[in-house]
Amino acid sequence: MRLDASALPVRLAGPSLPTPRRAWRRARILVGSGGARIGAVILLVVAACATAPAWVAPADPNEQNLLGRFTRPASRTADGTLAVLGTDQLGRDILSRVVHGAKTSVLIGLSAVLVAGAMGTGLGLVAGMRGGLWDHAIMRLADMQFAFPFILLAITVIGVLGANVRNIILVVGLSNWCAYARVVRAETLAIREKSFVDAARALGVPLASIVWRHVLPNVSASLIVVATFGVAGAILTEAGLSFLGLGVPLSIPSWGGMLAEGRQFVDTRYWLALFPGAALFVTVMGINLLGDALRDALDPYLQTRHTRTSMDRL
Amino acid sequence: MIAYLGQRLVWAIAVLVGISLAVFLVVHLSGDPTALYMGPEGTKEDYEILRAALGFDRPLPEQYGHFLVRALQGDFGRSLRHRQPTLPLVLQRFPATATLAVSALALAILLALPLGVLAAVRRGSILDSGAMALALAGQCMPTFWLGILLILAFAVNLRWVPVYGGEGVLTLILPAVTLGVWAMARTARITRSSMLEVLNQDFLRTARAKGIGEWSVILRHALRNGAIPIVTALGLELGNLLGGAVITEAVFAYPGVGRLAVEAVVNKDVPLIQAVVFTVAAVLLLLNVFIDLVYTVLDPRVRLGHRHAA
Repeated sequence: MRLDASALPVRLAGPSLPTPRRAWRRARILVGSGGARIGAVILLVVAACATAPAWVAPADPNEQNLLGRFTRPASRTADGTLAVLGTDQLGRDILSRVVHGAKTSVLIGLSAVLVAGAMGTGLGLVAGMRGGLWDHAIMRLADMQFAFPFILLAITVIGVLGANVRNIILVVGLSNWCAYARVVRAETLAIREKSFVDAARALGVPLASIVWRHVLPNVSASLIVVATFGVAGAILTEAGLSFLGLGVPLSIPSWGGMLAEGRQFVDTRYWLALFPGAALFVTVMGINLLGDALRDALDPYLQTRHTRTSMDRL
Repeated sequence: MIAYLGQRLVWAIAVLVGISLAVFLVVHLSGDPTALYMGPEGTKEDYEILRAALGFDRPLPEQYGHFLVRALQGDFGRSLRHRQPTLPLVLQRFPATATLAVSALALAILLALPLGVLAAVRRGSILDSGAMALALAGQCMPTFWLGILLILAFAVNLRWVPVYGGEGVLTLILPAVTLGVWAMARTARITRSSMLEVLNQDFLRTARAKGIGEWSVILRHALRNGAIPIVTALGLELGNLLGGAVITEAVFAYPGVGRLAVEAVVNKDVPLIQAVVFTVAAVLLLLNVFIDLVYTVLDPRVRLGHRHAA
């Protein structure tokens, strides 16, 4: 006979769910951190640019104006429009291109993290719950990938398959799954031995349901932290690929692509390369600041093990 | 210890075979790789002849067997663009990249390591916060942007070094700094946290109680015990440095393996790409075995055959 869990006088789901008090404490740590506030402000601006670039940008990012090429920042082009960040070698407005570039970075960064996170979480769960040969095979594969400069394989794949947004998301995503797999596996191994999992198992709860109701909610905090840093990494990788000419097509404004074009004129027209790079730097900084704060607020391991300032942690 | 190193060596060879499989399969991702070898003006008959000549009409496992045997002998075929064997092309570029990576690593060890130790010892001081803020900035810095900024500052405005080309150490400084910044930032942070971990421990109190000088305590007792995570990080950094060299070399038009790889990809020069990826993997794995050797010196537990938890 199978017991109905709700008929028991104990709450089996208890340990999985954050209590309001814990959530409140986490929120307070998060809001109390100066880094998190700076990061949040930066990311709000980036998010605004990424979701509605056409509203934020003063001009069409691809509109050429050969008479107004290489206009200096904060000066007017030949036809009198103000170019806040100047114009490039085709007379395109750099501010507008930077704003539209945010969309490319955010889209690819988030999608790549989704791919990497889904794959890494799945494999990490299998490794942690199944153990044995599965565990061994998956973790050795992760080690293997970790030891190798993946950008070399990435550019090869892009070279063979062609550079477009979908391929870049896949390549960047597939190159980053190991971090998620490692974290999820490590935490699954610990949670698997907890008494509430034993209890669920004893009640005959199916494995899939145990994973969904008990294991996943408990690894989610660490996953969020890893994924946050993952977005920064994915954005940098995408920009790197675009900089090498193996990223998104030039018709789509991207920070990496702008930097590659700007590099050619760096000796005389500094602003072409300065601003897209600054946008990239500030965005990545914002994500990392938020990630540091999230780790302080969410990661139970780091919280209980040491009580140090955020800078002490890696 | 021999058993441990043997185990690591077997692992390295397994990884190399894994990489060879990846390198082999990547080329088949597009379906029929013959198209990658074919010029645009070839006819259908030419195509079939080429396909048979390259062996792409054979079953995949058989093709892979041939590929692996030849790869282990260093034979990846002739470069489609340079019309010569690929391995010498790669090896010819290797010293330049090695020089760059070693300089960057040296910067990380010589600058970031002492900075990390100091930051940990003077925890909470201005030096500590300054160093860690710099490290955070370094980790967020896109290498290619940093490279461009350095060119702008030191080559264009100050004219201390030539923008492109030039000779000797001068041309190495900016690329090495660019490539090394990330490694420096990471090393500084890891050194600091690893030192903090060690600094509170009892054996240091004992050492101090014996009357050993403070710096001797820090360098001989604390740093030696905190060194293992640092060596692990530096080992992983090697892979990052060789990967990062791809972008740094593109920024500075530096004639290394990274640029060769990008050129090969842009030209769809399949044999050359395979040669580059495989050679870099082999070199990296050799270096990793060397790092395992360093562990055995640093940590007696490894020598005694316990598995090292990296």
